[in-house]
Amino acid sequence: MPGQQPHGVHGPGTAAPVPQTPPGSWSPVTATTLADGEWHRMHPLTPLMKGGLVLVIVLGYLIANLRERILEWFISLVTPAHVPTFGGDPVDWVVDNNLVIVVLLGVLGLAVLLVALFWLSWRFHQFRITDAHVEVRKGVIFRAHRRAPLDRVQGVNLTRPFPARLIGLAKLEVDGAGNDANVPLEYLSTAKAESVRSDILRLASGARHAREATRGVADPAAARTMRAQLAASVDAGVTGLIAGVDLDDIAPEHVLRIPTGRLVGSHVLSGLVWLAVFGAIFVAAMIGILPGVFSDAGPAAGAIAGGIALAMGIPLLLASVAVTWSRIARALRYSIAPTPDGVRITFGLFTTVTETIPPGRIFAVEVMQPLLWRPFGWWSVRINRMSGKAASQQQSSQAQQFNIVLPVGARADVERVLGLILPDVPADVLPLIWEQGVLGPVADDPYTTIPPRAWWRRPLSWRRHGAALTDFALLLRRGRIWRQLAVFPLARLQGFSLHQGPIDRAQGVAKAQAHSAVGPVRGEVSGLDSQALLGMLNTLSVEAARAAATDRAHRWAEEHDPATAGHGLPAGFRPAGDGLSAGHGLPAGLSGSAGLGGSSGLGGSADGAA
Amino acid sequence: MTTIPEPPQNPGTDAAAPPTRAQARAQAAAAPVTQSGSAPAPAGIPVPVHAAPAAARVLDEGTYPALRTPTAPGALALDGVWHQISPKYVIAEVLLRILLLAVIAVGAYAATTLLAQPWPWAWTVAGVIGVVILFELVILPRQARAIGYMLRADDIVFRRGILWQRMIAVPYGRMQLVDITRGPVDRAFGIAKLKLVTAAATTGVEIPGMTEDAAEALRDTLIDVAEMRRTGL
Repeated sequence: MPGQQPHGVHGPGTAAPVPQTPPGSWSPVTATTLADGEWHRMHPLTPLMKGGLVLVIVLGYLIANLRERILEWFISLVTPAHVPTFGGDPVDWVVDNNLVIVVLLGVLGLAVLLVALFWLSWRFHQFRITDAHVEVRKGVIFRAHRRAPLDRVQGVNLTRPFPARLIGLAKLEVDGAGNDANVPLEYLSTAKAESVRSDILRLASGARHAREATRGVADPAAARTMRAQLAASVDAGVTGLIAGVDLDDIAPEHVLRIPTGRLVGSHVLSGLVWLAVFGAIFVAAMIGILPGVFSDAGPAAGAIAGGIALAMGIPLLLASVAVTWSRIARALRYSIAPTPDGVRITFGLFTTVTETIPPGRIFAVEVMQPLLWRPFGWWSVRINRMSGKAASQQQSSQAQQFNIVLPVGARADVERVLGLILPDVPADVLPLIWEQGVLGPVADDPYTTIPPRAWWRRPLSWRRHGAALTDFALLLRRGRIWRQLAVFPLARLQGFSLHQGPIDRAQGVAKAQAHSAVGPVRGEVSGLDSQALLGMLNTLSVEAARAAATDRAHRWAEEHDPATAGHGLPAGFRPAGDGLSAGHGLPAGLSGSAGLGGSSGLGGSADGAA
Repeated sequence: MTTIPEPPQNPGTDAAAPPTRAQARAQAAAAPVTQSGSAPAPAGIPVPVHAAPAAARVLDEGTYPALRTPTAPGALALDGVWHQISPKYVIAEVLLRILLLAVIAVGAYAATTLLAQPWPWAWTVAGVIGVVILFELVILPRQARAIGYMLRADDIVFRRGILWQRMIAVPYGRMQLVDITRGPVDRAFGIAKLKLVTAAATTGVEIPGMTEDAAEALRDTLIDVAEMRRTGL
């Protein structure tokens, strides 16, 4: 790689804590932050990680398969008169004809060309973080320049793919609000990626200068030799692989982890469903095939039938195991933790993904429980948010993983997570979410449910299927077997629609839909009384505007009136000891261990909001 | 396509005064309107109360006089002034469909006679498509009378459909952009289609068949109110 270094970009950095280097060992061009409004380049090893490995494999494959053709073509270029025919091994032929040097030169030329191309693309790939924007420009012939406003940042995603992780590189992706609106910065050294992430979140928070002074985390790796750096990076990469990553700056008691046994167990239970589905296919197929086999084949029928059964059964079994395993591997080592700039969710065993979601970027939240989880008291929490991905990518399982904030957890865990992602839930909404919501219906049900005349729309769950509107959120409760409760905060509700067909009209009911960003949380409820829904449409109109006007979550760290300090609240996310004494804002469930039950997690945050 | 400009943002350092400039402007502009049935706002946060944006007269020029809605007692009905679309929408759509019918007829004729290996089913397929289009032609005038939009204090409500009714409310502050499109046939009749885009893909509010003046007036109104009430996403 070329020796010319751009501003502030040095060799592989490290995430490991290293001894302080004496002051003065910094080169003057090295800024302590990359968010200085200057253009910076990616890590020099980027081309290797992005395309290099693939290229090496492709080249190896080509050479192994086409070496005679390539050599023939190459020699015909150099000595057109002498077109050879290879009787045996082309390498022998080259040696015999004293063409070794020519061939070596050719290989060298190709290598130099490739390196030059990579170097060019790396040179032209730059990013810049100003006070209001993050910008990336790249491309040599087709130039691309993307600028995203920081106050619309929907989240920052730091991915450590397995190979890159070993040499201390990470990929940073700034999620924009829109289709294909992401700004990827790949690859940066892990330390730089973390510092850029905190810079972007800090700038997006609106507290432009307030917390700048408290920062100053430098990259001391610059002063050391390349070899020491690489060793330290690998060291840190392997340590991270074993111990987990991205939690160093958070007090351990604030981190919510999921016991591996529970995670595996929950997925195995879901896997049982897959197994049942495949089993049903298997049985159906067998019933279709076997009578024919037994009537035709005579004595060998048993063996043939057994063969067919194995040939069909084994792939089906493997498929269900594979589905389950891929889910487990992605969700392993899951943790969720509060940071001053939002909720940080980390998951993945080999490829680790860390997603930071600032407050006020969550459009809908759903607590749900499949039937098989009920005996264990497990729940899962999913959200709708703008992932900034292209529409084609949003369906992928990787993208859907970003919408799961709690893969599986007990009630106390769910309450802590809800306290984190909905920090400003008022106290009077809490019972609506839990006792009357997820567990409902109870006596004096505040939810508008399907009237008895329309029970046949949901024969099992019509008493449960319904909606409730508060001045904070629209809550939708669905499902008796597969219990779901969705919360749509009004401050970010994008619209509310009613649909009514002829049968609906005859019964005086209608279907309603809450509109939010794309995600797993559905917004439909059907069969509710049409007059009640119209009343909801009218109330929503006023309430949504009011909620949006008082909501400051999109600029969460901006100074504002103390009376509103409960909103979006950095105070609640401060490390231990700091927020506690403030008397408000710290969700109580966060300060203790996971054993803190009840609704304390939510209650604490509600105090802050009051 | 018109993007909605950013509202004035408070710089982080001098944001001590709670009402943003946008809110203050909105309050100054808004006539005092009582909030209907909402819980009192948390103390200390001034909540802007908006009046419905004044509808330009041009919105109701050259449109249908009355909305056609289902009359059954259980139907969805909303109090307020519905603005409607221009009858020219029906003419334009009918013309488009007749053109389409002609194209299908020519295609079927070509498939049965001109091809080296004639496709005998062409007229059957064309007939089925033709019947569907004819059915659409019959219900189009009814459907067009059922399309309406209402400008309320804090949101725009769009409705369509008689047998299958749809009604959607989109808060002004959530609009990301307002799009006006005119096809060649639309242009010949002086009408346009207005589309609202929010952060949700499912919102999908498209008001077809507005007169061009109405579309532009509505766009300007919407952008005005959206700018005043915009927060986050």
